[in-house]
Amino acid sequence: MTDPTANLLEIENLEVRFHGERTVHAINGLDLELKSGEVMTILGESGSGKSVTLKALLKLLPERRTAMSGSMTVGGIDVMALKGRALSDYRGKTVSMIFQEPALALDPVYTIGDQIAEAVMRHERVSKKDALARALDMLKRVRIPSPESRLKNYPHEMSGGMRQRAMIALALACKPDLLLADEPTTALDATVQIQVLLLLRELQKEFGMGIVFVTHDIGVAVEISDRIAVMYAGNIVEEGTVGEIIKDPRHPYTKGLLASNLHDADAGETLSSIPGSPPPLDVKPDHCSFAPRCAHAEERCLSALPPVFKPGPGRRVACILEEGRAPQRLGQRLPEPA
Amino acid sequence: MLAYTLQRLLYVIPVAFGVSVICFMLVHIAPGDPLTAVMPIDATAEQQAAMRAEYGFDKPLPVQFAIWFGNALQGDLGASIATGRSVSSEVSRAVGNTLILAFAASLIGFPLGIFFGFVAGIFKDTLIDRAVTAFAITGVSVPNYWLGIVLVVIFSVTLGWLPSTGAGPGGSTNWAWDFEHLRFIILPAVTLAVVPMGIVTRTVRALVGDILSQDFVGALRAKGLSQVGVLRHVVRNVTPTALSVVGLQLGYLLGGSILIETVFNWPGTGFLLSNAIFQRDLPLLQGTILVLALFFVFANLIVDLLQPLVDPRIKRG
Ligand SMILES: Nc1ncnc2c1ncn2[C@@H]1O[C@H](COP(=O)(O)OP(=O)(O)OP(=O)(O)O)[C@@H](O)[C@H]1O
Ligand SMILES: [Mg+2]
Repeated sequence: MTDPTANLLEIENLEVRFHGERTVHAINGLDLELKSGEVMTILGESGSGKSVTLKALLKLLPERRTAMSGSMTVGGIDVMALKGRALSDYRGKTVSMIFQEPALALDPVYTIGDQIAEAVMRHERVSKKDALARALDMLKRVRIPSPESRLKNYPHEMSGGMRQRAMIALALACKPDLLLADEPTTALDATVQIQVLLLLRELQKEFGMGIVFVTHDIGVAVEISDRIAVMYAGNIVEEGTVGEIIKDPRHPYTKGLLASNLHDADAGETLSSIPGSPPPLDVKPDHCSFAPRCAHAEERCLSALPPVFKPGPGRRVACILEEGRAPQRLGQRLPEPA
Repeated sequence: MLAYTLQRLLYVIPVAFGVSVICFMLVHIAPGDPLTAVMPIDATAEQQAAMRAEYGFDKPLPVQFAIWFGNALQGDLGASIATGRSVSSEVSRAVGNTLILAFAASLIGFPLGIFFGFVAGIFKDTLIDRAVTAFAITGVSVPNYWLGIVLVVIFSVTLGWLPSTGAGPGGSTNWAWDFEHLRFIILPAVTLAVVPMGIVTRTVRALVGDILSQDFVGALRAKGLSQVGVLRHVVRNVTPTALSVVGLQLGYLLGGSILIETVFNWPGTGFLLSNAIFQRDLPLLQGTILVLALFFVFANLIVDLLQPLVDPRIKRG
């Protein structure tokens, strides 16, 4: 955080593979960078690997069934190498997470106050009394009404919006450098959703942390983020600022996403403007995963991975259609003249 | 809390009454004359009638029940037909012995069951889990009187380490917590503990596995808790359900086991019950069954009263 130009988060060539009854190549060579104080949204359909990316960052994936490779660093910490005490010191303190369903992510038999205080006591040498005082302060900051009495509430005694605020209070209690938010508003009503987003944005400014936000709702992404990375079949297909992605989408998948979000407000439904469905991911992709659904697909899209073009700083598109437009490219493969 | 407790206590009254009716009826539904065992074979019809009147068996059933129930309320369960001794005192002595055996079996069965359940649940679907679960299931499936006999053959007959039957040296039935008496309780207690241990193991394993697969466990790790820290949460979550299973099993242990007490000649309620059955000793049978059934009722009551203390999700009135 000392050097403002340094990246808070760097993910390079991340691969995650689950083996079990069935092999799933969930993440396939993902690159991602985030500066501190920046809000990045990962946008993608169900099953594209958004949650897996976040869980990988906290090493929460089931160890026995997961193979991970590549590199991840947060504030200079090599996440891949973390284990034991160093790993649990890192979790919740350097990086913390807000989960999609607060009703399931809070322990039902502990009070909200105890759950927040537990995190504080875990990472700072403070008494239970001081930790509870911090919990109270956090509940005030997320603007939970009558925070003193909420401290003693169990999760089931609160509404969905209230629980999500409590979850945010818990995640921010130790002032993390990086906050991961996995669809934190999907389970909430539309009005509550807006309130929680505004609150998050405000707290982000106040705490100055970086956020990786995950959603499949473009409206939410626009509301919260500085930059958007569009994810498909375990990789980023396009990245840019909110304005660039909305006004000037380049990848056919991004265009399809935007179009379908305009049509059906109910995100997460099948994408009306993109025929077909995402690939099964049982083998590692050796060609453009989107090609089978793409109206512009050419033969070479099915024979090799697409090149990655970087038309500007912080902007990238993994599609051959960029070829004519941008001279700079950084591809796995030289596009051959047709 | 007070309202809940009172409500739960009041609820015991109709249950206990129902239990009494059933105990009384069960014994009367069984075929055969209760007095044949004690009546002389050549008794005349008048003698038989006189005897029946003496025991009150000539009255209509509802009247018999009213008399029996009224007496039972005052702690008088009648006299044993076979021995003539008061059923209450016979039963209470047997209950004392069964309680001692149940206590010993609890000390063995519950801690082991909870421990094995946690180990299997934490290492679910690994070799450790499979070994522990196989052990638990074997315990539940093996007939325990057979296990009792096997233990006797090994530890009493072959090795000669432990006595095979009775509750004390020289056939004494007055229990004492000394080494001489404790030697007698080991084999029956172990035998009795096997089934509850197996059931508690299986239940706790399933509970722990279920809790560990829930989202909030990931969230606990995400906030930096160590394995031990996470386990503390698992314990708190598992306690309410584990408690009710232990409560039910406690009811089973308090009920005594006819087979085990008979195999080991342990002078408890099970032993008493089997004597009462074989001697067609109606008052003794009724009294014993009633007391055992009430044990179940009260074991459940205690669990229900404890539950809200450990599970905040249960409404406290
Ligand atoms: N623990 C796991 N074991 C095996 N496969 C998994 C596991 N977790 C995720 N997957 C698979 O990895 C792929 C990506 O899943 P992920 O949960 O990241 O999707 P997502 O983008 O978060 O979708 P959603 O919007 O539905 O939450 C899916 O095919 C999923 O089935
Ligand atoms: Mg997800």
